Amino acid sequence: MPGLRKSSSGVDAKLLIKDAAKLLPEPSRRIFLRGAASLGALAMLTGCDIVDGPTSESVLRVISRFNDRVQALLFSDATLAPEYPESAITRPFPFNGYYSEDEAPDIDGDTWQLEIGGLVGNKKPWTLAELNKLPQVSQITRHICVEGWSAIGSWQGVKLSDFLKMIGADTTAKYVWFQCAEGYSTTIDMPTALHPQTQLTLKFDNKTLPTAYGFPVKIRIPTKLGFKNPKYVTAMYVQNNDAGGYWENQGYNWFSGL
Amino acid sequence: MTIEAANPVPIARASASGPLIQPRWVRVTHWINALAMFMMIGSGWQIYDASPLFSFIRFPREFALGEWLAGALLWHFAAMWLLVVNGIAYVTLGLATGRFRQKFFPIRPREVLHDVSAALHGRLSHDDLTVYNAVQRLLYLGVILAGIVIVFSGLSIWKPVQLKWLTACFGGYDAARYVHFFAMSSIVAFLTIHIVLALIVPKSLRAMIFGR
Repeated sequence: MPGLRKSSSGVDAKLLIKDAAKLLPEPSRRIFLRGAASLGALAMLTGCDIVDGPTSESVLRVISRFNDRVQALLFSDATLAPEYPESAITRPFPFNGYYSEDEAPDIDGDTWQLEIGGLVGNKKPWTLAELNKLPQVSQITRHICVEGWSAIGSWQGVKLSDFLKMIGADTTAKYVWFQCAEGYSTTIDMPTALHPQTQLTLKFDNKTLPTAYGFPVKIRIPTKLGFKNPKYVTAMYVQNNDAGGYWENQGYNWFSGL
Repeated sequence: MTIEAANPVPIARASASGPLIQPRWVRVTHWINALAMFMMIGSGWQIYDASPLFSFIRFPREFALGEWLAGALLWHFAAMWLLVVNGIAYVTLGLATGRFRQKFFPIRPREVLHDVSAALHGRLSHDDLTVYNAVQRLLYLGVILAGIVIVFSGLSIWKPVQLKWLTACFGGYDAARYVHFFAMSSIVAFLTIHIVLALIVPKSLRAMIFGR
């Protein structure tokens, strides 16, 4: 997509429109159980039509919120995701997104800035060069997709907890929200943001993050499912309200911890 | 004595004054488990299809619960509470009342072989439903064990970081997915036999509903 190149703002209008279109409810995207044979069987078992429609969906969402709380209780910042030797790295590491690889946002690293907002002392935006000068950490961990597959990758970058402290973020706030160049977004809980392995990632396998893996910045969270690891990050907000996210709003469990 | 289909016992008479075959707690936990299993397997098949372990095994969408992956996951992680809470109640009561010991043991290989052969020749008696034959003992105990394995392998897949010691017991995240799949397969195989036999010997189904 030549039109995507050299997009100075890092945001491509065409992609955003396409993304918005995908957010509109379409039959295959809904969690309703219409059309399934098993649905009929369950309806017969229960003697009513609870499995079809908004009732079952709202009950399932309530249980999903309950599961968020259970997972938050189970989460411990002392529990680290297993780390692996370099020989275990999956090559090639898969590209993954709701769009194809050639539709991934191609961002100009010289003009890109990380916007900082919300409950933060210093809201000065960060350039890529400034981020690269900060102390770096490295991890080789397993990326686990909500679909079930997994792959081991090598990520280098700034420890997010260090970065949050450096910019004077209120770490008693409940959430950190990330906005991405292609319109993607996700919200994570503060304990996970402060986990020692949560990383503001600038490199993959010790080389500048390729476009496929989220150039210029990805948030690597080895304690959460892949979709909670945003790529092409353009903004980070510390806040007390849950702003949801692209997949969370469509029914994926919000906490999605590992 | 031949199998029930060939020589039916009048159900009304047998049930009116016969011994209690299935106590209330067995019946209640059995049917809650049936519902939970139905939801777990239906949604699990849909989740499996999102990233199949075997390219030649995919489950038809007609049998799947949840319309698409997010819905299936919501069902799976809701029904798991029903499965686990009910399963803990069943196993606790089974151990505490001595029913497991009394009904499932002893299991002697010779009797298993004999009863398998008898069953295949249609000569296995179901006159006394209060006593399980050797094949039943083996299968019921086996499916309880498969149930335990499927819960722990499922926890390993769900929480491979917080419960990493458990995931390691299964040989890691990827291996736990295979264990979970094969535990499901053995439960589905059991269910196939179990449902067919319950239909062939309807008084056993009656006992699981009314107790006698």
